[in-house]
Amino acid sequence: MLVVEDLKVKVGDKIVLDHIDLEIRPGETHVLFGPNGSGKTSLLMTIMGYPQYEVIEGRIRFKDVDITHLPIHERARLGIGMSYQRPPAIHGLKTRQLVRLCAKGEVDEESLAEEVKFKDFLDRDVNVGFSGGEIKRSELLQLLAQDPDLMMFDEPESGVDLENIALVGNTIAEMLQKNGRFRGDKTKMQMRMERTKMGLIITHTGHILDYVSADKGQVLYNGRLSCTTNPREILRCIAESGYGECVRCLT
Amino acid sequence: MSYIDELRQKALKAKEKRALLGSDVDLSRFESAPVKGPEEERGGIETLSEEERKKLIMTGIDPDEKARGGTYFQKDTSVIHCGVRQEGVEILSLKEALKEDWIYDYYWKLVPIDTDKYTAAAELELHDGYVIRALPGKRCMFPVQACLYISKDGLQQNVHNIIIAEEGSELHIITGCSTSPHARRGLHVGVSEFFIKKGAKLTFTMIHNWADDMYTRPRSVAVVEEGGLFLSNYVSLKPVKSIQMYPTTHLQGEDAVARFYSIIVGTPGSEYDMGSRIYLKVKGCRAEIVSRVISNGANIIARGHLIGEVEGVKGHLECRGLLLNGGIIHAIPELEGHADGVELSHEAAVGKIAQEEITYLMSRGLSEDEAISTIVRGFLSVDMPGIPEPLKAEIDRAIEESDKDVM
Repeated sequence: MLVVEDLKVKVGDKIVLDHIDLEIRPGETHVLFGPNGSGKTSLLMTIMGYPQYEVIEGRIRFKDVDITHLPIHERARLGIGMSYQRPPAIHGLKTRQLVRLCAKGEVDEESLAEEVKFKDFLDRDVNVGFSGGEIKRSELLQLLAQDPDLMMFDEPESGVDLENIALVGNTIAEMLQKNGRFRGDKTKMQMRMERTKMGLIITHTGHILDYVSADKGQVLYNGRLSCTTNPREILRCIAESGYGECVRCLT
Repeated sequence: MSYIDELRQKALKAKEKRALLGSDVDLSRFESAPVKGPEEERGGIETLSEEERKKLIMTGIDPDEKARGGTYFQKDTSVIHCGVRQEGVEILSLKEALKEDWIYDYYWKLVPIDTDKYTAAAELELHDGYVIRALPGKRCMFPVQACLYISKDGLQQNVHNIIIAEEGSELHIITGCSTSPHARRGLHVGVSEFFIKKGAKLTFTMIHNWADDMYTRPRSVAVVEEGGLFLSNYVSLKPVKSIQMYPTTHLQGEDAVARFYSIIVGTPGSEYDMGSRIYLKVKGCRAEIVSRVISNGANIIARGHLIGEVEGVKGHLECRGLLLNGGIIHAIPELEGHADGVELSHEAAVGKIAQEEITYLMSRGLSEDEAISTIVRGFLSVDMPGIPEPLKAEIDRAIEESDKDVM
């Protein structure tokens, strides 16, 4: 379980997040809405542990460990993973090598890559000259290899063409165990109970909701979170009256 | 005056001539008299100690000659092994070759003998060197290895090499320059002249593995004829006192191609002044110079110079420098166009590892040290198109062997 309690975060002199409370239980997927610059990415980066995001109040717990001040790689090893919107390019490092590093051991990178139609890119340098959609698939491939318990996705649908959006959406659903196909031996209810993966998805457009059934949604606006409610309801509210009104109404 | 007398005259005049670049080396501090060792020292590669063999393997030399087309091995001032293992290639010591007439069509034909006091010394106090020649139309797929080895402390080793790829031939050479674990101080002077004839292909991979108090002054010039290809790779990852070299290539036939790749890791106290210069003289010539330089506290000047003399030539220069742990990297890329319609470009970048790349890898579970070494290894792994797979593997292995100490 991820528990964020009364979190206040600054970058340099600027407060970017304030009074943030968030709880994601095993098997749950949350969706985070909000306009540009509202602090969505900051929240993900803070949970991941980027040092420039300085926690000045509150704390973050994951699997009952206080991770508020843990370095990034220790959080990753505890089971937190992230799909970036604009990851850096690393010259000379092949995607194949990075996938192996993510897996920390034996991995069949060919068949993992097949899942996100990325086999042709395994021998390309990581993110060098990748298009928006290719970056998304590269990020998913790395997360597939890493297989963390908490997966955070920063706008997974942005820059992805129509043809690939279903691939990205369905892969995320699969990774978050949301796609459990009905098997005779278990009821749907049982399958839901057995989910363990946690998800936190940032979305602008909400398109990802067509593929991933999120459990809860929140709006982040000016560094503050709204109350938690049904993601579809939030999306409709934003569409009708904009983020500001939506936060006012929901909080 | 005969050709040889003329050479000697010129060399004598240049005896005190300082080099244009690099710090001046006081030759009187080194001993250049031929080394006469006990009989067993002349016994060939098999007499090398385990420690010495290890050091050689790091420079791409295989003491067991597996998968090698031939070997030239010079220890200090004399040849201890010289043999061919594949058809189509000849390997001679230079001193043997100088007994024949044909060699004078090549000897000192490219490198001006009066370049500086180092070239002069290579004539006046020549020890030996190798002559490697691929016969016309022969594709010699196994690399020929040449090793120039210094085991006597304080030696000035003067070497002159001639490499000839005859028309339509293909030749691969790995040359490793190294010192024995006991030799700390020395000077290596190496003159090399490369002749890549019509339609020939030569890959030349040089790995330097010197010692902390070694000075090195290579002097190389190559000519590439019509449709020929010269691929040169240079790797130096170990401490050295001072290296200065600026190998020059003349592309003087239509569609001739030269590609230079160098990988340098400089440690504290080391001084490098390195670069490649390529003249594109005929339509259709292409050139590429790529260098990756890391400073761990060294003083490194990374040069590059492309000269397009006629229209319809194309060249690119790329220099990336990474400051890991202090030191100076000074990139000096130069482009010179002498005609409309030359296409020359360069990109140079000097800096530290981007923090963003480190944190990105850390978020995949790598520790900070693991992330840095992964990025550095990537930085050093240059794609060298045209290199046969086994040779590529050989270079990678040499880098891997060495970079255990680098990190």
